Amino acid sequence: MADKSDLVLDVKNLKTVFFTNSGLFKAVDDLSFSVKRGETLAIVGESGCGKSVTALSLMRLVPDPPGRIVGGSVSLEGTDLLALDEAQMRAVRGNRISMIFQEPMTSLNPVMRIGDQIVEAVRLHRNIPAKEARDIAVEMLRLVRIPEPARRAREYPHQLSGGMRQRAMIAMALACRPALLIADEPTTALDVTIQAQILALILDLQKELGTGLVLITHDLGVVAQTAQRVIVMYAGRKVEEASVEALFASPKHPYTRGLMASIPAVPASGVPAQARLNEIPGTVPSLVRLPKGCAFAPRCKLAIKRCEAEYPPLADWGGGHLAACWRAEEVAEVA
Amino acid sequence: MFAYLVRRLFLMLVTLFGISVVIFFLLRIVPGNIVDILFAAAGYVDPADKADLEKQLGIDQPLVAQYLHWIGGLLRGDFGYSYVSEKPALQEILPRIPITARLAGLALLFSASIGIPLGVISAVKQGTKLDYALRVVSLSGLSLPSFWLGLLILTASVAMFGQMPIFNPNPQTWLEAFATYAVPAAAVGFRSAALTMRITRSSMLEVLRQDYIRTARAKGASDAAVNYHHALKNAILPVITVIGIEAAFLIGGLIVTETVFNIPGVARFLVEAIRWRDYPIVQNLVMFIAVVVVFANFTVDMLYAVFDPRIRYTD
Repeated sequence: MADKSDLVLDVKNLKTVFFTNSGLFKAVDDLSFSVKRGETLAIVGESGCGKSVTALSLMRLVPDPPGRIVGGSVSLEGTDLLALDEAQMRAVRGNRISMIFQEPMTSLNPVMRIGDQIVEAVRLHRNIPAKEARDIAVEMLRLVRIPEPARRAREYPHQLSGGMRQRAMIAMALACRPALLIADEPTTALDVTIQAQILALILDLQKELGTGLVLITHDLGVVAQTAQRVIVMYAGRKVEEASVEALFASPKHPYTRGLMASIPAVPASGVPAQARLNEIPGTVPSLVRLPKGCAFAPRCKLAIKRCEAEYPPLADWGGGHLAACWRAEEVAEVA
Repeated sequence: MFAYLVRRLFLMLVTLFGISVVIFFLLRIVPGNIVDILFAAAGYVDPADKADLEKQLGIDQPLVAQYLHWIGGLLRGDFGYSYVSEKPALQEILPRIPITARLAGLALLFSASIGIPLGVISAVKQGTKLDYALRVVSLSGLSLPSFWLGLLILTASVAMFGQMPIFNPNPQTWLEAFATYAVPAAAVGFRSAALTMRITRSSMLEVLRQDYIRTARAKGASDAAVNYHHALKNAILPVITVIGIEAAFLIGGLIVTETVFNIPGVARFLVEAIRWRDYPIVQNLVMFIAVVVVFANFTVDMLYAVFDPRIRYTD
């Protein structure tokens, strides 16, 4: 494990639940992970596995009601965010920890100028004159490579393309030079050509500013390109954690393996294209009625009696490679 | 933009022309004219006298000629004479306008300054006891006719204070003026405030679910900044629409309120004039109200562009 002082974010046993009419469900259950300064941690999983709720929990923006963080700790640069009162938390949000959302088209306020939205982020946390904040805003827009930043700052979101809006979002999120940036599917809503540009931009800026990055995605291709470490989540729990190399070389959890098998392969010339895309049978179980044992067992080819009876603990496979599976050994063999 | 304004102005003129035709012929459809009423009141009928008087007033002419005479006069700035008082119609109408305008302005001010903040609070506190209480109050506001509310206020003030507020035509101080108008304005504005509150609430609820509200919170903005700066600015358009429509509807509420509170404004005057079939007064007053409504609508449309940068009026 890395030196403690090197950790930007240290999450321990985070538990976020939702109270709904059909019952209580654990959106995030006993999740622990950490992010070092300048490191990129990817969180992957299917829709509904708790990735976004994890991100919102770190920001303490889980809509309450119906959601609530009921346990664990989120330590950002040594401060437990869950222990702060709301005013103290506001001073941290957008300042030390900030977030980029999935939908650039709807995440900017349509009736405020781009520049004003960045200025607001700056002035909420820095006691500086408006003129100076405006200069910072234009500088941030230049940093995210928006052409003619001074003119763009005076425009409204609807005058910008999706890619430009996401750049503006990034400029806003980084305006106060946060220690940690959370990017929740930052490229999902964008054109494929723009996706690569935006990812490259985030990584460049991360390197330049030394920001820790939590990248939430369902795209393993993105993970391979960007992250140093990966967490695979399923039904609110961490089922595997490893360095990118280790994960792609030898996934230990059948779910991870299933995700990798589901990546469509581009056929090489001369080789017949794969007839069908592999998929993981079944769907993510309802979080209200989770099975007693491993939540993935009903969809798992390798499942045995024990999987249905007992939840497997996270076992260490060396080098920080963790996996929660009774049959991890067999998964490795199948590989 | 210029071409839009020109087209808009043209449409406003068409609307006003339509209204002038409708009010003119509606008045003629209503049975009886001022002469019938005068003679019926006097109790004797000499057909020759009657015809003579009708000729004097010009109501023996064909309808089209009467209409052209009225509109021609309007265009020259001649508003005709009141049949009842025999004074120029303009002299009768003008002094009454400020009274009604103050009443209407104050009622609108009440509805916006009470309805909007309460709507925001109700939306932000959705599902709480406060929200339910506010919604019950607003529902009662929508269900209470303003004349009945006015009567209730008068009855209550007599029961509690042994007197009722009398309209004071010449208030000496600003405070006195406010006191004179506040109670009737509140009676007529309660409904608008209730409606404004409901629209603000539902519009806010819609906006508070949007992604950019989450973004604002993620920046570290306070609840007040999120609700009033980010959300309300986006939620205000439907509210402006409703206030604009309410401004037009207000005249209906004012007719009864001015009667209940015995206020000498245009609204009550209009009813009197209709009772006497005082054509010049009714026609010109209705046209004046139509101009106000048409301009209120125009202002609302222009305000859209002010509040929402996505709305631009082009050719």
